[in-house]
Amino acid sequence: MVDAALEAPALTGTRRRSTLHRAMRRKSTIAFLMTLPLILLVVLLVLYPALYSIHLATLNKSMERFVGFGNFLFLFKRETFWMVVRQSCLFAITAVIFKALIGFIVAHFVHNIPSRGQRKWRGMLLVPWVIPPAMSCLAWWWLFDPSYSAFNWILAQFGVGPVPWTGDAYWARFSVILVNVWIGAPFFMIMYLAALKSVPEQLYEAAAIDGANWWQRMWYVTLPMMRNIMAITALFSLIVTFANFDIVRILTAGGPLDKTHVFATWAFWLGIQGSDIPLGASVSLFMVPILTVAAVFILRDIHRRASEMS
Amino acid sequence: MTAASISTGAAPARRRTYGSMSRDRRWALRWSYFFLVVFAIFFLMPPVYMLITSLKTSAEISAATNPWWVYNPTLGNYIELLTSNQYLTFFRNSALVSVIVVTITMLISVPAAFALSRMRFWGSVTLATGVFLTYLIPETLLFIPLFKMFALVNEYTGIELINRWWVLLLLYPTLTVPFCTWIMIGYFASIPKELDEAALMDGANYRQILTRVFIPVALPGLIAATIFAFTVSWAQFLYPLAFTTSADQLVLPVGIVTSLIKGDVFNWGQIMTGALLGAAPPLIIYAFLMDYYIAGLTAGATKG
Repeated sequence: MVDAALEAPALTGTRRRSTLHRAMRRKSTIAFLMTLPLILLVVLLVLYPALYSIHLATLNKSMERFVGFGNFLFLFKRETFWMVVRQSCLFAITAVIFKALIGFIVAHFVHNIPSRGQRKWRGMLLVPWVIPPAMSCLAWWWLFDPSYSAFNWILAQFGVGPVPWTGDAYWARFSVILVNVWIGAPFFMIMYLAALKSVPEQLYEAAAIDGANWWQRMWYVTLPMMRNIMAITALFSLIVTFANFDIVRILTAGGPLDKTHVFATWAFWLGIQGSDIPLGASVSLFMVPILTVAAVFILRDIHRRASEMS
Repeated sequence: MTAASISTGAAPARRRTYGSMSRDRRWALRWSYFFLVVFAIFFLMPPVYMLITSLKTSAEISAATNPWWVYNPTLGNYIELLTSNQYLTFFRNSALVSVIVVTITMLISVPAAFALSRMRFWGSVTLATGVFLTYLIPETLLFIPLFKMFALVNEYTGIELINRWWVLLLLYPTLTVPFCTWIMIGYFASIPKELDEAALMDGANYRQILTRVFIPVALPGLIAATIFAFTVSWAQFLYPLAFTTSADQLVLPVGIVTSLIKGDVFNWGQIMTGALLGAAPPLIIYAFLMDYYIAGLTAGATKG
């Protein structure tokens, strides 16, 4: 339809215009030219570096000699590497679970109150997501400060001893996850709230007439209706959390004793600060498998919904 | 709502149930408010504590008093930062980078989204999927190869890219363009086909359809994408940390972290003031355009 409409004026002037000119007026050429900057950007600054990092990972430190899997074998032998793997998984999975849980609970509370107050509460609760993470992490760092910690001051009022928020390995792990949950939970809240609002009210009425209690309504109506958005939000968040850099970098810089390093911060530490670019590239490549799995699931969901709609 | 509608139905038969249900409802509401207050305290505590600290003098911060209260409020930290050339340089760099990146992003992603959503051509479906996949690639995977690439560019052409603030103009679009294109495809696809067919009938060309029909109709989506591009470029931390080092090239997040923290002496009042001022632009935009912001947020994952 659109084709025909565009072709019509072009045909009348065929004789006078050159072939090149005609090609320029063709719809597909125009469309290609419109997407060209995007294609260039993606190919040069995303696709090429991604492949280049695989090449980099096979070089030695001075980047003159090909070492094959040497960097990976070297990493496998290092205690720190396995610690980073464990910490990355622990960090990402725990944080996503708690973000989803808190987001779900808060979304229900917001959904429960009269709708004229909802906008105000929603706006207030999304603030952690809006503040640049680097800035809010500074605030958290100051709240966790070993000598002036405002949290420890409150705890001291109740007679609880000072907590080494970022000094002790276990507490430091807890702290980085806590901050991540604080930043990410509002996003889940917004997504779940949107999902809750999209559940038709009639379903609840039907369930209530059938005598379903609160728990049954939740299990048989709310959750199945929200399942899609819940899954996709969790996958998105898993990708972002797994690749997170800012929080760990600012709060602990990987310490104490590399106990809180995740892939991103360790890769930065080795690659940029330690100027061993191949080793840093090898470390960051270990993020690829989990990212691929999440991406495949997200894509499958999107395709399914696209085919359901058409 | 549900409780009310069922109880009115059963009202004549069971008067008592009606009363207890509305009482349940009232209690549910009270508990909701209670927990919302608890969560609001949790979510708003760090920014509030930033504000509290920023109003204190260094002497008061190091004194063993209640850290949650300001005894002698002062604007000294604000005055000192806003008159310091260094901080203003960070702010200027951040503002320049963000504004230019937003412009570049919109110039690239709006035409691309239009072409991908309306003008089917060879490979357009694959490309749309590819754009989405690009959005899923995190910057933490790309910063090392990009760093090396830019070092090589310098070696071969002599153009110094590392440690220049404008290198960020190349880097940030890799984060903003895929997402903005993706949500604009979603917004454009929701515009009814009849609209552009009517415009074509009237003799409009593609440029006119885009600027006269699509952009005005999809304006909410455009605003959401703009806000997103701005917040992402304002908040980005990894790229400037890796690619810029000298004090006059830094943007705000990195500037505060690296230059306000000198050695072991933490001037917490100034750090918190700097962080709060740095968080202000996204917060102000959010305060005024909250609905667009939230629409963009939910569109990113749900459109498709």
